[in-house]
Amino acid sequence: MADTGNAVKPSSSVKLVLLGEAAVGKSSLVLRFVNNDFQENKEPTIGAAFLTQKCNLPTRTIKFEIWDTAGQERFASLAPMYYRNAQAALVVYDLTKPTSLIKAKHWVAELQRQASPGIVIALVGNKLDLTNDGIGNGADGDGAGSDDSGDARKISTEEAKTYAEEEGLLFFETSAKTGYNVTEVFTAIANAIPETSLKTTRGPGASHAAGRTEEQRVNLNGPRDPNAKEGCAC
Amino acid sequence: MAQEEAEGNNGPTSPPSPPPPPLPPRRKPSMEGSIQVAPAQSKPTTAVSSIDISTLSFPDGSRGTFSTNTTRAVSSPVGSGYATPSRNGTAASDLADAMSVMSFAPTLRPPGDLASLVAGELNRKSRAWNFLRSQSETVQPFESIELGAPGNLAGFEREFDEIPDDTTDDARLAIWKSKMKHYMILSSAGKPIYSRHGDLSLVNSYMGVVQTIISFYEGAKNPLLGFTAGNARFVIAIEGPLYFVAISKLGESDAQLRSQLEALYMQILSTLTLPTLKNIFVHRPSTDLRKPLEGTESLLSSLADSFTKGSPSTLLGALECLRLRKSQRHSINNIFLKSRSEKLLYGLIVAGGKLVSVIRPRKHSLHPSDLQLIFNMLFESGGIKSGGGESWIPLCLPAFNNRGYLYMYVSFFDGKQELPPTAESAEPAEPAKEPPLPTEDINKVAATTGDSNRAEEEIAIILISPDKESFYDLKEMRDRLAAQLTKTGSLALIRTAARQARPKIQSITPGAEISHFLYKSRANVQFCMSSLEPAFSSPSASPSPSLSQGHKQLATAEKMVARRRLMSVYHELHASMHSKHSHLKVLHAVGEDAASLAWITPVFEFYCVAGPNVSRVAMTQGANRVVQWAKKEEERLFIIGGGVF
Ligand SMILES: Nc1nc2c(ncn2[C@@H]2O[C@H](COP(=O)(O)OP(=O)(O)OP(=O)(O)O)[C@@H](O)[C@H]2O)c(=O)[nH]1
Ligand SMILES: [Mg+2]
Repeated sequence: MADTGNAVKPSSSVKLVLLGEAAVGKSSLVLRFVNNDFQENKEPTIGAAFLTQKCNLPTRTIKFEIWDTAGQERFASLAPMYYRNAQAALVVYDLTKPTSLIKAKHWVAELQRQASPGIVIALVGNKLDLTNDGIGNGADGDGAGSDDSGDARKISTEEAKTYAEEEGLLFFETSAKTGYNVTEVFTAIANAIPETSLKTTRGPGASHAAGRTEEQRVNLNGPRDPNAKEGCAC
Repeated sequence: MAQEEAEGNNGPTSPPSPPPPPLPPRRKPSMEGSIQVAPAQSKPTTAVSSIDISTLSFPDGSRGTFSTNTTRAVSSPVGSGYATPSRNGTAASDLADAMSVMSFAPTLRPPGDLASLVAGELNRKSRAWNFLRSQSETVQPFESIELGAPGNLAGFEREFDEIPDDTTDDARLAIWKSKMKHYMILSSAGKPIYSRHGDLSLVNSYMGVVQTIISFYEGAKNPLLGFTAGNARFVIAIEGPLYFVAISKLGESDAQLRSQLEALYMQILSTLTLPTLKNIFVHRPSTDLRKPLEGTESLLSSLADSFTKGSPSTLLGALECLRLRKSQRHSINNIFLKSRSEKLLYGLIVAGGKLVSVIRPRKHSLHPSDLQLIFNMLFESGGIKSGGGESWIPLCLPAFNNRGYLYMYVSFFDGKQELPPTAESAEPAEPAKEPPLPTEDINKVAATTGDSNRAEEEIAIILISPDKESFYDLKEMRDRLAAQLTKTGSLALIRTAARQARPKIQSITPGAEISHFLYKSRANVQFCMSSLEPAFSSPSASPSPSLSQGHKQLATAEKMVARRRLMSVYHELHASMHSKHSHLKVLHAVGEDAASLAWITPVFEFYCVAGPNVSRVAMTQGANRVVQWAKKEEERLFIIGGGVF
C-alpha cells in the first residue's frame, strides 16, 4: 500500500542554484543535504558541481537538481548560466563574516533582476555552530556578555531577517557542520515552489527535456570555436 | 594561430600527441667505445651564465613540461649537468669513481641486446671487491639507510608538514629553512604570489631579496638563470610579468627544475589564460595576483609536491596508461566513439591517474602537459573528487590554446561499495590547517604513486568541449557511455585492471635482480613502471593491523624517503643521459647504496635501480628481459593512436 502510494505520488524536478561568497559553506550545505556528511577542510569549488537529491513531501516528491557554484570572483561571470532556468536559489552568507552578507545582497539583487520572475530565493546564514546560540555546541544563548565568550557571530539574526522580509525571501540560519536546519531549508523551498510551476513527470526524461530546451536556446550563441575567449574572465 | 601551432607541434597521430622523437645526437665514428663523462657535480658554486639565454626563454604556445624531449633536452645549458651536490654524504669524487660510463651507438639496431653490449669484462673492480660483493648479494637498494641518519634526505619525512603557527618567528623560520624544496612565484614588481612553504608574511622579505637579485640581472640584460648557495640550488624562470624560483636540496638538474617551474606556470595559465594574465599586468603592474588565483594554491601545491616526491611522469615527460588487452581497449574506444556528443572536443577515461581511453578529433591531439594539469586537478587535489556529483569546470589547456577556456565535464564512477567509508575524507590535497597526521601522508604518497587501491579504483569520465553551455549534452553522453560500459562488462574490466595496480618485477621476469624500473615509449610519449611496493611505497589499502600506530608512522616515513631516493637516482640518471654534451646511450652507475642503469634508444628510454651489490651483468640481463617484455606488451601497456573522429 505504501508502495502504491509512492508510485502515485507525483514527482517533479526543481532546478536549484547556490550562490554566495567563497568559503561561506555552500558545498558543505549540499554535502550535508545529499550525503549527510561534513568535511572540516573542504577545498574550494572549481567551476560548479551538479548534484541531485530527492525531497519527499507529503503530497509529492521533489527531485532537486542542484548547481553548487564556486564563490570565487573569477567564476562570477559564469553564474547566469546556472541561475537562468533555476526555480530556486539558495543565497548563502557566513554569519561570522560581514562582507559575506553584502555579497549575498548583491546576488539577491542580481537574481531579482535577471533570473526567472517566479524564482524562490532563500537567504541562508551558515556556520551557526560558531555562535553561542548555535545548536550543537551546547551553549544556550543568554545574550549579554556573549561577545566576550567566544561568540563569533558578526551578523545578527534581526538584521538578516529584516532584510529577508523586505525582499520576500525565505530565511534560515544553519550549520552544515552540525546539520542544524539544513534539511529544513530545502524542504521549505520545496514547499514554496508554486504547484503551477512544477512540470510533473514520471520518468527520467524530465531533466533531459529541460536540458534540451536549454541546449537549443544556447546553440544560437554558443560557438564551437575553441579559440573563443569567453566566460570566466577576470 | 595558437591552435594550429599546437597541432603542428604535436602531430595528429596519437592521443598524448607524440612530438616526433628527437634523433639521438649524431656521433662521430671516432667516439665509438666508452666515454668517461666528467663528473656532473664539478660545477662552480655560482653559475651565472649568459649562454643559451635564447634557448631558455620559453617558446610560444607550444610549450609544456613535456616538450623536454623535443627542445629542452637538446638545448639545456651546460648548467643542467648540475646534479647531486651531496648524495647521502658520499663525497662527490667517490661517486664519480664509482660511476663508469659507457656509450654505444645502437641507433639503428633493434633494442634487445643490451647484454651483448655490456657483456665484455668492463668491470674493473678488484677480486677482493667482487668477493666482498658476493658476501652480501641480497642487499636491497637504500637498505642501509636509517631514518634520521645524517644524509641528504634527513628530515625529508617532515617535508610536507605545515609550519606551525604557534611558535616564535625564529622557530618557524628555522623550520622553513629546513625544507628541502621551495617554490616561489612573484611578480616582477616584487609582489609575492605563491610560496609552497610558509605564509607570505614569513617569506615576504625573502621574496624581496629574490626580486632584487633577479631584477638586477634583468636590468643588466643578463638574466640570472640559477645559482648555488650552500647545498641549495636556485633556478629562476622568468615568464613575462612573473618570476618563478625553485630552490632545491634534492639534487635535480637545472633543466629538471626548470621544467617543474614551467608546469607551475602552465597551471597559472590554465586558471587565467595568457591574454588575461598579460592584461592584468599591463594595466596595473603592481597587481596582487593572489586574488585572481584565489583557490588554486592547492593545485599549485599538489603539483609542487608531486615534483618533490618525485614524479616519473614529469621526469619522463610522459603519461601512464592502464594496462589492458588490445581487444578490450579497442572495444572501449568504440563504445566511447559511439556515444560521442556533437559538442565533444576531447574525451578521456581515466582510472586512478592512468589513461584508459582517449577520443579526439583527427586534427587535434592532446598534449601531455595539459593532461598533467587535468590529472593533477582530479587525482592529486581533493576538491573535485570529494565534491561528489558531476563537475563543470572552465579551464585553459595552455598547450592546446593558451588564449581561451575550454569546459570540462567530470564525473567519477561511484565506487562506494568497494571503498572504505572514509575514503572521501581521507585525501586532502593540501596539508590540513591543523598539523597533518602522518596517515594523511600515507594517502598522499599513495595518491601520487597510484599504488593505493583506493586511488586505483577512482574511475573518471572526462569530457571536454569548447562550448560552455554544453553541460547537459556531455552529461547525456556520459550517461550513454556509462550504460554501455556497464552493459558490455567493460567497466568491470577497467575496475579489475585498475585494482591490479602495477606489475611486480618478479612477475615480469622471475629471478631478476633489479628492484625497480621505468620504461618510456618515446613514440607514444607514455611510460610504464613496476610496482613501488613493497620497498618504495606502503600498501595503504590494508595496513597491517598488528603494527602499532608508531610503527606504521615510522614505516610510512621510511617508505617516503626510500621512494624519494629512488626518484633521485632516476633524476640523476636522466640528467646524465640528457645533458647537452653527453651522447650517452647506456650508463651504469654504482653508488654506496644502489646500482642503476639507464639505456636509451630511439624507441625507448629505460631506467632501472638495483641493490648496490648487483652485478652489471645481472642488471643488463634484467634490463633486457624487461625491455623484451615491454616490446611484447606494447599494445597493452600503451595507447597507440586512440579513438579518432
Ligand atoms: N564551523 C563551520 N564550518 C563550516 C560550516 N560550513 C562550512 N564550513 C567550513 O567552511 C569552509 C568552506 O566551506 P565550503 O563548503 O567549501 O564553502 P563554499 O561556499 O562551497 O566555498 P567555494 O566553493 O569556494 O565557493 C570549509 O573549511 C568548511 O569546513 C559550518 O556550518 N560550520
Ligand atoms: Mg564550494
